[in-house]
Amino acid sequence: MQKLGEFKLPHFFNYPPYFTLQPVRDTREKQIQLWKELILDYCKTQKVFVIGLEEEFPLFTNTVIERSLTFEAREAFLSALVSEGRAEWMDKGHRKCLILWHRIQEWADILLQFAKDNGLEDGVVTIEEIRFGTESQGTGLEI
Amino acid sequence: MTGNSLPPVKLTDSGRPVLLPNEIECFFLSGVDLLCEDEPNTWFPHLKSGLLILTTHRLLWIPEATVSASTSASSVPLASISHIFPHKKSLKSVFASPRVRFQVSPSPERGVASAGSRSVVVTVVVRGKGDCDAFVSKFWENWRARAWEESEKATSSSSNVAAVAGSSSSGIYSSDGTVRMVGVSGILRKEQEMWESTDKSLQDAFQDLNALMSKAKEMVMLAEKMRLKLLSGSSSQTNTTNDEEMGSKEEMQELLLSVGIISPVTKESAGALYHQQLSRQLADFVKVPLDRAGGIINLIDIYCLFNRARGTELISPDDLLQACSLWEKFDVPIVLRKFDSGVMVIQNKSHSDEEVFTKIKVLVMKPDALRSGISPSDAAMTLGVAPAMAKEHLLSAESKGILCRDVSPDGFRFYINLFSEIDRDDMHLVKDHGIYASWIRAIPAHG
Repeated sequence: MQKLGEFKLPHFFNYPPYFTLQPVRDTREKQIQLWKELILDYCKTQKVFVIGLEEEFPLFTNTVIERSLTFEAREAFLSALVSEGRAEWMDKGHRKCLILWHRIQEWADILLQFAKDNGLEDGVVTIEEIRFGTESQGTGLEI
Repeated sequence: MTGNSLPPVKLTDSGRPVLLPNEIECFFLSGVDLLCEDEPNTWFPHLKSGLLILTTHRLLWIPEATVSASTSASSVPLASISHIFPHKKSLKSVFASPRVRFQVSPSPERGVASAGSRSVVVTVVVRGKGDCDAFVSKFWENWRARAWEESEKATSSSSNVAAVAGSSSSGIYSSDGTVRMVGVSGILRKEQEMWESTDKSLQDAFQDLNALMSKAKEMVMLAEKMRLKLLSGSSSQTNTTNDEEMGSKEEMQELLLSVGIISPVTKESAGALYHQQLSRQLADFVKVPLDRAGGIINLIDIYCLFNRARGTELISPDDLLQACSLWEKFDVPIVLRKFDSGVMVIQNKSHSDEEVFTKIKVLVMKPDALRSGISPSDAAMTLGVAPAMAKEHLLSAESKGILCRDVSPDGFRFYINLFSEIDRDDMHLVKDHGIYASWIRAIPAHG
């Protein structure tokens, strides 16, 4: 099975039509669904937060079968993520996309849980402390 | 005495009459009743609302498609008609549907068998719109022309000629008693005679042509003038035109149709008999090429074949399209079909897409096709159709969700649709059996 660094790619990554935006509605919906899952999965494991549409992104090109996504296709898949609340455009021109592998609500819950677990309620904590503090190890907040 | 004692007319599958040799259709009238007024119970059947076709030999009456098949198509040989009554113009006739009366004398040797053998007066009642006066004059003309006698004579005289030729081939006297020329001078003389006769016939022919040409200019001008008048009529104040004008317009349109000049304006009168008959004729014609092409054929191909078959009297593409679109209304086994891409084809009603899709599925499941997809030309070879047609089939299979596309620098290829096979909750899951698993087995392993 093919791998991107440490990330295990599914079999269908080598399926050429996967890289062509399908015109038929049912097929396209299923394709977009699979792309959404793959993008979220990849970003989560590789700790990627931002995807630039005009920049190289490892998922969007498959060198083995020599296929890559067109700009329209990238925008379509990311727009689908945005409409589901799993991503946000960072600029009006839709050139950069912030990927939320946890929704904003989920991030808030994680922070709250983190504060509760460590007895930090009603206190003041800097962002620096959250990111690099020993308490935050293994909570998903440490980056 | 019910029962139809008139000779029946054989119809083709699409409802066109089968004509006798040398028989030519001259006039069509729709919505026609044939009634016998003398007594309610004569041998002549009551034929209600049908299409009346006047030919050089017969009057054909064909029931309209909507009417059930209780009355069958029948004909009145013109030979059996003993009198046509002149068309009377009276105040009363203005309000009633136009009628034409003629007398039929039954006689077995002329095709009308009858027990009563009494002549009856038959009335043609024209309920539909149609030029009744033109019909009467044409009817009169054909009846006078006695075309059926010509054909009888032709068959009998041809046998006579053969007999004469057989007997006169020997001896020095020819059949008409003149001395035959023998030797070189005879050959020369004969040659000269032949020259003279061809010269004469050529001259005659050109004389006719010249006459035609001088008239043709006038005819074209007349047609053009009528067309312009129709155009101006339809563009200016269509609402305020009174009935009389409408009537004359219709008359004019039908006139134009009958001469075969089809201007855009006359297309408004869709459903005119011209297109109906063309449509039926086309349905009969299409069968053979359609079978040869495997049940589906391009409209353009049919246009070429049909016009080649007609030789003269070519039809325009618009007429063909109209004729094809009329098939929906008739009970014919073929349909006009438009693909999503706009390509139009003629296909058998029995032709099913399912069959084609099954073939495509088999093709696309081959290991090679799983790995690198299929192109329209691959499909064309398997299905035995033209590549353009194969592409249409592939596209319709795609829209059904059987295939999906791959557009790359290598070209436009189709693959079996795997998207529906993949589990959306677990991307890495591969079911043991199924298309996805066989696809994975077909592709070269990586990593």
